[in-house]
This record gives sequence, structure tokens and C-alpha cells, in this order.
Amino acid sequence: MDEPMRGARLHGLRACRAARIFAAFALILAALTFGAVAPVSAREAPEVGEDPAAERHMMQLAAELRCLQCQNQTLADSNAPLAVDLRQQIRELLAKGESDEQVKQYLVARYGDFVLYRPPLKSNTLLLWFGPAVVLLVGLGALYLTLKRRLARLDSAQSNPQVADAESARAQHLLEKEVEEGGLS
Amino acid sequence: MSPLFKSLRFLLPLFIFFAIAGFLLKGLWLDPREIPSPLIDKPAPEFRLQSLEDPARQIDRKDMLGKVWLLNAWASWCVACREEHPVLVEFARSSAIPIVGLNYKDTRVDGMRWLAQFGNPYVTSLFDEAGRVGIDFGVYAVPETFLIDKQGVVRFKQIGPVTPELLHEKILPLIQRLNA
Amino acid sequence: MIPEIGNFALMVATAVAVVLGTLPIIGAARGNVRWMELARPAARVLFLLVVVASSCLVASFLHDDFSDVYVANNSTHALPLPYKLAAFWGGHEGSMLLWLQILSFWIFAVSIFSAHLPREMVARILGVMGLVALGFLLFIILTSDPFDRLLPAAAEGNDLNPLLQDPGMVVHPPMLYMGYVGFSVAFAFAIAALLGGNLDATWARWSRPWTTVAWTFLTIGICMGGAWAYYTLGWGGWWFWDPVENASFMPWLAGTALMHSLAVTEKRGGFKVWTVLLAIFAFSLSLLGTFLVRSGVLTSVHAFASDPRRGVFILLFLATVIGGSLALFAWRAPKVGLGERFEMISRESMLLTNNVLFLAAAACVLLGTLYPLILDALGLGKISVGPPYFDTVFVPLMAPALFLMGLGPLARWRKANLPEIAARLKWAFAVSVICAVVVPLVEGRWSPLVALGILLAAWIFGTSVVNLWSRVRPGAGGELRAKLAALPRGYVGMLVAHVGVAVFVVGVTLVKGYEVEKDVRMDVGDTVAVGPYTAKFDGTTEGEGPNYAYLRGQFEILKGEHLVRTMHPEKHQFNARNEPMTDAAIAPGITGDLYISLGEAVSQTAWVVRVYYKPFIDWIWCGCLLMAAGGVLALSDRRYRLAQRRATSSDVTEAGAASGA
Repeated sequence: MDEPMRGARLHGLRACRAARIFAAFALILAALTFGAVAPVSAREAPEVGEDPAAERHMMQLAAELRCLQCQNQTLADSNAPLAVDLRQQIRELLAKGESDEQVKQYLVARYGDFVLYRPPLKSNTLLLWFGPAVVLLVGLGALYLTLKRRLARLDSAQSNPQVADAESARAQHLLEKEVEEGGLS
Repeated sequence: MSPLFKSLRFLLPLFIFFAIAGFLLKGLWLDPREIPSPLIDKPAPEFRLQSLEDPARQIDRKDMLGKVWLLNAWASWCVACREEHPVLVEFARSSAIPIVGLNYKDTRVDGMRWLAQFGNPYVTSLFDEAGRVGIDFGVYAVPETFLIDKQGVVRFKQIGPVTPELLHEKILPLIQRLNA
Repeated sequence: MIPEIGNFALMVATAVAVVLGTLPIIGAARGNVRWMELARPAARVLFLLVVVASSCLVASFLHDDFSDVYVANNSTHALPLPYKLAAFWGGHEGSMLLWLQILSFWIFAVSIFSAHLPREMVARILGVMGLVALGFLLFIILTSDPFDRLLPAAAEGNDLNPLLQDPGMVVHPPMLYMGYVGFSVAFAFAIAALLGGNLDATWARWSRPWTTVAWTFLTIGICMGGAWAYYTLGWGGWWFWDPVENASFMPWLAGTALMHSLAVTEKRGGFKVWTVLLAIFAFSLSLLGTFLVRSGVLTSVHAFASDPRRGVFILLFLATVIGGSLALFAWRAPKVGLGERFEMISRESMLLTNNVLFLAAAACVLLGTLYPLILDALGLGKISVGPPYFDTVFVPLMAPALFLMGLGPLARWRKANLPEIAARLKWAFAVSVICAVVVPLVEGRWSPLVALGILLAAWIFGTSVVNLWSRVRPGAGGELRAKLAALPRGYVGMLVAHVGVAVFVVGVTLVKGYEVEKDVRMDVGDTVAVGPYTAKFDGTTEGEGPNYAYLRGQFEILKGEHLVRTMHPEKHQFNARNEPMTDAAIAPGITGDLYISLGEAVSQTAWVVRVYYKPFIDWIWCGCLLMAAGGVLALSDRRYRLAQRRATSSDVTEAGAASGA
């Protein structure tokens, strides 16, 4: 068997072993989660509220709304009087058939956008919602351009060799030491 | 790349920092928990409540149309309300502008007793036991005061106690303009 | 008497800080050896003086000296001893003293472990740190003195906030401060290098261990914060993107980028400018965090009482330190030379992409945190930016970084061979995809977000295994055990830290995807199904603690018919305060936690009870601890010990023989 073939075969064996180890890990993970078997219920305590599903719906909604009398808490978590009242109000609105959006509009009409923890997409929040993507793209773009330019500069510098670049020599020396000590990290 | 741009590049972090610092400086005098009212320049919400003094009497939004008036949310359990109350009592004495109280999440007994003790500047107080009308007006921290014009549109909201300075500098001039 | 000694110590320390912050730096610029040599002794004296001040505060707490305003506001006679100690940093003034104490500790540490550094560098580093300490000393003495007197003395104190009377309070703030104050060292190294004009690979090598240890502490500190919120606060959550939490997270993100950037600068001499800027950013974000928490500019459950006067002071301090360092950067950085050459696709470029991603993430957190303030300051309205925003925006930023984590360690320096990497990793990728499909189904409900999280976590784990295996596979060069033993600690640290990230991601993904929460009305004898268990309520008992009265609920936890354990959530009524506190009962487990907290009593015997099942939540803390362990392993790398030996002994061979290296 010639070198490339043997290399490929060894490589395949290597990858196979890694895959096996990894599959074992996945199996263990699955076994652990399977160990969590379905529950058994005896005399089940009633969930709070007339309609538990509606209650959960209300709490889900309340988790995205801000308690106005608190330092920084959701309507779902807070025990402030206004939070209790507003949760009740939301319960009633949902019972009347209002949608999530309508409930939010109800609160925004009275308290402004401040009450929403998910800022609405408006002209004054465009920067907020698109900012991160813009920053990322600009950053990656800048990185790309800088790397390209850097390569060009290094290439032109090589054709004009620098005299006694002491720091570069020292770095090279340290790097060689590194390789000696076996550190690829 | 032009030499100017090259050196400017390195100044960018500094510029960004100064911009942030500017906002932070401004922020020192802002209150992050003060919520401006979305009701300004919008019609006051509909309401219909019993009067605190007389359960048989009902007041609703229509009753207040045609005049400029103040709505003051208060409660017997509210400590800051005691602070502003003398200012309101004085104002009620010296001015023709009616002040209507909104007794927020209180009991009749406590409310009446409080008024007896500290004075009653209100033409009447609306008895909002459940706090629903309060919610409709966007009340979140008593005392709060609204200035409503002849067409029933909210023109100004004060969160926190009314001070004499506030009366002179903001509320009275606005009342004059609205009455003109 | 004792508070006066403390005050006096702080004033003397201020004088020492003036000396430390000026003479050595000027001495380094002028070549004045005597002035440069002042740095180390001044640093040590400063540390000792701050220790004296701290000891005075501790003594005041231990003696219940309620003639000291700060002690009176944060303690009572009955407060248990550990919490009297923790009350040191329970309020604003004390926590500023803690900041100063830890900063002076780092200054002291640098003065000890810097024998191998050139004199000018030591002088500049200690000088810069001395200037920062000076700022804090002035702030404490002028606006936030924990030694102010209360006359006449209070008979009884106001007690430490009950929420803070928890073991977490003893450990979390010091760990956190050790972390983000620790970035002051990397910052000082960066400024010293800019001042001296000697920004090179050796500078990076010296900076790296200091950065790693600060990062490790910060990782532990943030982890503890989350764990504490989860275990103590009774709302089942562990991260709210609250401004104060973000204030600690942003330096962590910048610090992670810095650590990776230092690796490039050290190995390849490249991107020194970028690394220096990151060092400035990391500490600047720490300082910014300190400002945000104390100035009243943002609302937070964690914030200390606010005061615009203090805010102005800190802002001026920020402007001086951050503005000054960024100005210095703008002046000096353009003159720095390029390092070694590397191709567009190489380990260097991948590490740098990682930097961009982490910095973008930090910028995104900063944007979200400051945005409400920005809009308000511009008069454009008042909004709230909360977890829904951060969760939406943060994940897409971090996902590419997590993916790169698999490729980076396998890429070669200088020029990476992508087809080779792809070939080596194809099985890891396949297994990751399988896990991404299977695990959510096993948990009960497939969801794309969960699948993404599992995919990335499995990917990191799988690629780490491939990486490790390629180094220790028995064959030419030695047997498995020998190869394992020969692995450099720095490398092992990297693997462990990356695996820690994977474990963390698994925890977050599964708990967010599959947690169960129920609010139920329970009378004695009622049961509720939660996750794989059934909880049965057996009523409450009453009792007294050291400074509170409590109501304790009894719950039996059953799996099927078989009793697994009992749980006792409590409600504490503190003597000195009015609000009762909820103490949730938590049963931790590898595959999930059971969490029960008492709500309100609805009758003589019945309660509203909140029960949660949180699958794999402990993997979150384990993941963070693994990351920290990776940091510790990296620090124990042989080359750092070698560097010490080389520096302190002129006869290297002797030292080498003596230690049997």
C-alpha cells in the first residue's frame, strides 16, 4: 500500500475511533434523558387560576412585560400591587378573546413603550435592532480588508529588507522556543 | 489609504468613548424610572366612578367637558401625597380651576378620614377602589396629577408631588393658555 | 477609634498613591533609577495601608460598632458572623473599599511577580495601577467613606438586606472583583508598553498569565452570580440581562477576546495594536460597569443607592483613565510595526475573527444596556430593553464563534489547510448533526433552537476529542499514557475550557427548551407532577432562626411510588425588616433540578406553591467551572515556571538540577 493510501486509511481509522467515542457519549446522554421517565400522578393539585392553560398564557405574556413599580422585574415575577392588578387585567383581556398583540397595545396605550421588555421595531429603535448585525458586518469587513492590506505591506516590506528588526528577531526566538517545548496552543 | 484616515482610525475608539460619556453625563440628571405619559395631547380615557363622599352620585368624563381641570391621584396610604396636599389646598382656595381627586386603591373610610385630617381641595374625589381608572390613566406611582382641557384632552402630567414652583412655572401658564 | 485609624490609613495611602502614580513613571521616562526603584516599595506600602483600613472596617463590624454609619446601615447584633464579614461589601461605601483592597492586592502581586521584567516596565506598570488606585482613594475619601461617624451611635443596626444573607454573598462579590479589577493589570501592561514604545511578543508573553488569572476569577464570579440568583432568589431564573449583570459580562467578553488575541501576539508577534486596544477595552468596561452600578443612570435590582454627585466623580475618573488611555493609544499605536506574516486562512485569522465576534457581542450588550438612556437623553422616548432583546440578538452573534471554536485549534499557524481540517472533522460534524436531531426528540419536543445549541455543543466536544486524539494516539513517539503526560498544560487548559463552553451550552439549551413551571394550590396531602417526579405537600412547621422567624414547608418527592427525598422550602420573616423572604428548596441532579418555593398562604393549611423542573441546569455552573479550570491549567503551564526560574536565578542549570526538571 503506498503512502497516500495508507495515510488515508489511517486517517479513516482515526476518524472512526473518534466517531465511536463520540457516539458513545451521545448514547450516554440519551440514556440519561431516557432515565427521566414519564410522571405518575396520584391526587393532582389544581393549578392556580380558573383555567390553567389561560393562566400559563397570561404568565408567558407577563414575562415579556415590565413591572412599573419595581427596579427591574417582569410583570410575571413581581408582587408589587400594580403588577398584581395588571396581571388580573391581562387575564380578563385574554378571557375576552384579545390577542397578545392587542393586550400589549392596551398596556402601551396607557404606559408607553416602557412597559415592553422587547422593544418594538420603530424608527427610534432601528439602530438597536440592526446595530449588532451592522457592527458585526463592519467588523468582519474591516478585519478582511486589514488582513489583506497587511499581507500586501508585508510582501512589499520583504522586497525592502529591514535592518535589525530586533523585536521581530526576539519574537522569532521565543516562537522557536515554543515549538521546542511542544506547545501548539 | 490616505495618511489622514490612517491616524483618524486610531482616534475612533476615543471618539466613541466621548460620545458614550456625553450620554452618561446627561443621564445623571435623568430619572430612568420616570415614565412619560403616552396620553399627552390625547383624549382622557372614559371613566365613570362613584364619588368618594356620596356613593349615590356618579361622575363621568362628560361631566368635566367644557372646563379646564386638574385630576389628582391620591391615597390615604401614600406618604408623598401628604407632602403635596397643602399646595393643592392652597391652590384650590385661590383659583377657579376645579381639582378632582382620584382616590386610588383605597377604602372609603380611610379616604374620608384622610381628607378630614389634611384638608379637601377637591370638588369631589372619584372612588377608584380597584384601581382600574388609574390604570387607564397610566397611574403607577401616586401622587400623579393631570391637566385636562375643555375638550377633555390631557395636556400635562406630573409624576410625583406638585410643588409651588411647578405650579407657577408649568401649570398656571398652561392653564392660562388653555383658557384663552 | 478604629474607624479613625481606618480613615487615617486611607489618607496616608492616598499620599503613597500620589508618589506611586507619578515618580516611577516620570523616572522611567527620564531614566531616573532612584525614582523607578520607588515603585515596588511604594506598591507594597500602599497594599499594607489599605489592608489596615479594611481590617478596621472588619473590626468595626465584628464589634457591632454602630457609631459607624456604614456598619449601622448594614448590620445588627444578631447578624451571623459570616454575614457580618460579608456586610463589608454589602453597601456602596464598603464595596468601593473592597474594589480598592483588591486593586491594591493586584498591585502588590505585580510588585512580587515581576522580577523578570525590565525596571522601566515595572515602574510604569505599578505607576499606572497606582494612578487608578489614587482615583479610587479620592473617590472613597471625598464621597463614599465607610468610616463616617454616626453620633449618637445607633442602638441597633438596620441589618444587612435579607436577600444578601446567603453564602453566595460571602464569595460572589470578591470573586467578581478579583476578576474585573484584575484586568487592571493587563491594562497597566498595555499602557506601560505604549508609554515605553516596546510593544512586542515578549510584552504579550508577560501580560498573558495576568490576563488569564483575572479572566478565571471573573468567570467564577459571574457563574456564582447566576448560581446565587438561581439558588436564592426564588424566581427560578439565573440571568436577566440586568444592567449590573451586563456590567460584569462585557469585561468578560472583552477579556476572552483579549486572551485569544494575546495568544496571537505572543506566538506570532502580530496584531499588537489590536491586543493593546482590547486590554484597554476590558478594563474600561470594568470601570464603566462600576459607574453604571452606582450612578443611578440605569435601573437595576442590583444597583446601589444613587447619587449624581458620585456619578459625576466616577464619570470624571472614567474620562481621565479611559480617555487618557485611548488618547495615548491614538498617539502611540500608529508607530507600532507589523509582526509575522500569516495567510488569510490561518489560525491567526481565525483567532482574530473570534476577536471580532466577541467584541461585537460586547458592543451589542453595551448597546442594549445603554439604549434606553441614549433615547431618553435625546428626548426620543422611554423604552425598556430586556431579555427578549438580548436573547434574540446575542445567540446569532455567538453561534459563529462557537463554530469557529471547533476549527481554530486544528488550524495551523501561518497557513491553515481547510480541506485537511474538513476531512479530519467530517465525522465530528456528522455526529453533531445526529445529536442535534436526536436529543431534542428524546427530550420530548423538537425545536430548531435546541437543535442548534446541541449541534454547536456536540461540535465543540467532538472537535476537541479529534484534536486530543491526534496528539495522544499511540504510535510513533510513544504510548498513550506517555503522550497524555507530555501534553503542555496550556494546551490541556484550552481543551478543558472549550469543553466547558460546550457543557455550558448544553445546560442553557436544554433548560430553556424544556423547563417546566407550575403554580398550584396545594393543601395538605395534595400532589403535583413535575418533570419525572411527583411532589406531595405535607404541611408547614414554624421555627426561629438567628435573626428571623420561619415557616417551613414539607414536601415528599416521589418517583412512581418510591420516595426519593424530602424538600423544605421556607419563608423567612426578618426581625429588622418588613418584607418576608422566600427561600426556595432545590434538589440538584445531573439530569435536572427540582425547585419548589412557597408563594402565599390561601388558607390555614393551603398554599400557592410554585414548582419547577429544570433539566440540566447544573451543567451551566459546571460548564463555567470547567472554563475556569481550563484557565487554571493554562496558568500552571511549565513555561511560566521556567520564566520565573530564569529570571530569579543567574545559574539556571543549578536551579534546573535542584528541581529535577
